[in-house]
Amino acid sequence: MSHNLLINGSDYAVDVDDDIPLLWVLRDTIGLTGTKFGCGIAMCGACTVHVDGVPMRSCVMPVGDAVGKRVTTIEAVGDTAEGARIQKAWLDIDVVQCGYCQSGQIMSATALLAANPSPTDDDIDAVMAGNICRCGTYPRIRAAIKLAAKAG
Amino acid sequence: MSIHDKVNVSVSRRHFLIGASLTGAGLIIGLQPSPSSAAAGDLEPNPFIRIPADGKITLIMPSVEMGQGIYTSVAMLLAEELEVTLDQVVLEHAPADPTRYANPLLGDQITGGSLAIRAVYEQMRKAGASARMVLVNAAARGWGVAPDTCTAEAGQVVHAASGRRAAYGSLIQAAASETVPQEVPLKPASSFKVIGQSIRRLDSPEKVNGTAKFGIDARPEGVSYAAIAICPHFDGKLRSVADKPAMAVKGVKQVVRIEDAVAVVADNTGAARKGLAALAIEWDPGPSGDLSLAELEKRAEDAIGGKALPHINEGDVTKAEAENGPVHEFVYRMPILTHSAMEPMNCTLHVRNDSCDVWVGTQVAGRARQAVADVTGLPLEKVVVHNHLLGGGFGRRLDVDGVILAAKIAKQVDGPVKVTWSREEDIRHDCYRYLNYSKITATLGPDGMPVSWRHRVIGPAVMARWLPAFTRDGIDLDIMGGAESSYAIPNKYTEFVRHEAPGGMLTGNWRGVGATRNIFPIEGGIDELAHAAKVDPLEYRRRLLQHKPRLLGALDLAAEKAGWSNALPQGKGRGIALSEDFGSFAAMISEVSVGEDGKLKIDRIVCAVDCGQVVNPDTVDAQIVSGIVYGLSAALYGRITVQNGAVVESNFDDSPVLRIHETPKVEVYIVPSSEAPGGIGEVGTPGVAPSLFNAIFVATGKRLRSLPIDQNDFRRV
Repeated sequence: MSHNLLINGSDYAVDVDDDIPLLWVLRDTIGLTGTKFGCGIAMCGACTVHVDGVPMRSCVMPVGDAVGKRVTTIEAVGDTAEGARIQKAWLDIDVVQCGYCQSGQIMSATALLAANPSPTDDDIDAVMAGNICRCGTYPRIRAAIKLAAKAG
Repeated sequence: MSIHDKVNVSVSRRHFLIGASLTGAGLIIGLQPSPSSAAAGDLEPNPFIRIPADGKITLIMPSVEMGQGIYTSVAMLLAEELEVTLDQVVLEHAPADPTRYANPLLGDQITGGSLAIRAVYEQMRKAGASARMVLVNAAARGWGVAPDTCTAEAGQVVHAASGRRAAYGSLIQAAASETVPQEVPLKPASSFKVIGQSIRRLDSPEKVNGTAKFGIDARPEGVSYAAIAICPHFDGKLRSVADKPAMAVKGVKQVVRIEDAVAVVADNTGAARKGLAALAIEWDPGPSGDLSLAELEKRAEDAIGGKALPHINEGDVTKAEAENGPVHEFVYRMPILTHSAMEPMNCTLHVRNDSCDVWVGTQVAGRARQAVADVTGLPLEKVVVHNHLLGGGFGRRLDVDGVILAAKIAKQVDGPVKVTWSREEDIRHDCYRYLNYSKITATLGPDGMPVSWRHRVIGPAVMARWLPAFTRDGIDLDIMGGAESSYAIPNKYTEFVRHEAPGGMLTGNWRGVGATRNIFPIEGGIDELAHAAKVDPLEYRRRLLQHKPRLLGALDLAAEKAGWSNALPQGKGRGIALSEDFGSFAAMISEVSVGEDGKLKIDRIVCAVDCGQVVNPDTVDAQIVSGIVYGLSAALYGRITVQNGAVVESNFDDSPVLRIHETPKVEVYIVPSSEAPGGIGEVGTPGVAPSLFNAIFVATGKRLRSLPIDQNDFRRV
């Protein structure tokens, strides 16, 4: 069936079953490939997007559940104040290595900062433990979140 | 010395190919958003540099970028001698073409073994310098002045005496007819402006804003999406499957069968996965259908006493053992490991009657191209590989099994198709680091120092399949890498027992290659000897390393930074591990605590590294941390089990990896050096497990010899 989606401020009509995960609609149907597939079971965080500002794992979120809500992906997160600060901090600290997980890391970190302007190490752990990085950029992720918080 | 230090450096270098047009150019990273192709008239002084009349200079990357920072480092080497600034260049993936883009140390278009900078440090600088000289000569000729009165800076040739300047782009026509200089002098290190600086990664912006393109992001016009189920059993096959349940799913177009896999093709991956999940697939488990990990471990255990091939024989170990007893004997055991790169395996192909395009991220573009030619029957030159950024490599993308599988499927599909593995398939069909056991036998002299050292390595000969040039008389020189140890011991004997995985279980290269296999038993073993001799493990190593000043330098720096001489309270411990490989020297000291509850906590890991001339210090820091986190993940969690001839684990829930809250403080210190640059991508990994084991021994009195570590089992003995 057809679903009307609001993604990064634009309207899209997509004709897929309503149980198809939002991830694949974003990546394949719409072509927003910045959101990544990592595990398919909400264990790695690579697919994190914001739905009405709340971080969600798009690999397990049925597209039907996104109807009527505002979806924000990595391609537009820089339009928010927190997203822009996080992205700048990611560049200043030079966090990325392979970069594959970083869209999800940035989406999670942005949501963290929006909810908690000055997160402690424990706060960072609690939120960011849901995002896996196999290149081991964790110490720089932590430093970048703190830098972004300071810049706020 | 490892195999990497012994490779012949004689590979033809073709620095000066002016005008040769590049074909099959891959995606550009950097500021240009679209794929490029060489415009007529661009100056291509060599395969690595393309200068247009206007706009940015393209640097073509012979190694692939999988996180290790090589695109930035190679660009720095080229820019240093070409005299351009890094904001004047864009980077482009090299096409599949081993004749132009082979790693000079490997003789093939391979990115691996921490060999990129070691191989191209001079080659890239010469490529930059020769291109600059051609441009300077062209400008000087046009101005009627001597070339040595001109200089180059920031993409311009400058004649200071007359104040004239010419941008490189304005010189390309004149430069095309210049003779390429035979002598290409290079800057001394004291004149470096770029090399040695902490330059920000050139690939960061697009990786931060979501526009970076990995293989999995390829979307050629008209692409379909496939999900696959590969036979879970080693050596098993597809028995039967009915299409109907999948075809009933909206968006599913086709069910494809190959010998050992089923693919469902749809108009998005979600529909393909849904269709695949609806299928009732019957597999023929094949000859290995009853294999279990217990059986595989028993076979490996038996192989410890199997037929061994001699590797290194110095002095007379047998005689020394007879004269010095008692014999200390340790067996160290390493489990089966996956790579689990964040980007699951994938490959997109468009197979036509007369040609094929391949979109993939691979460490071996030339091999990928050949594999597709083999599967499709197309001539090699009709296969175009569009290489991409890699969402992690770690050795997984040194194999082309995923490309072959995708090509077999794509042959049956009209139009382009992207084959994306699920995480479950990725874990269950890896090219595993197989069971690897080491038996070390040593005797000590009256002073407690080792007199004899015997090291028997039991494991697969990956190189026999993957790179036969790295074998000698049946010995895999990679798995034996560093087995002889860096320590001065008068009688040494190392030997190899080839012990392969069961048929159908692919085994391959894993981050740290031979060093991660051998530093674990060696550094555990030497620590055991130090404690047996009642000598401080730092002092014990120092005594054995007087002939290794660089390793000693790293050790002393790490010891100072770790505060080795400061006593720790009960329940805490520090442990050392040293490694010498990839042309680099690393000393790691782990510090751990074990609580009353027996739970392990890793307090910090200090690593000092001497990797020779550093190209980008920030990359060295990032890569050492990366290697440590990767090694720590394996040390704490890495273990694949087998039941019914199939891998049991399937995803990050039952095959966990390290997360941010478990990551200890990591400190990296670089020993200043003007020696030839060493590799860095794998240097951080080998020392993690042994330094932890040695620290745990101090904290608990418990000597571990098997990986992974059971973190909850350290009640003091």
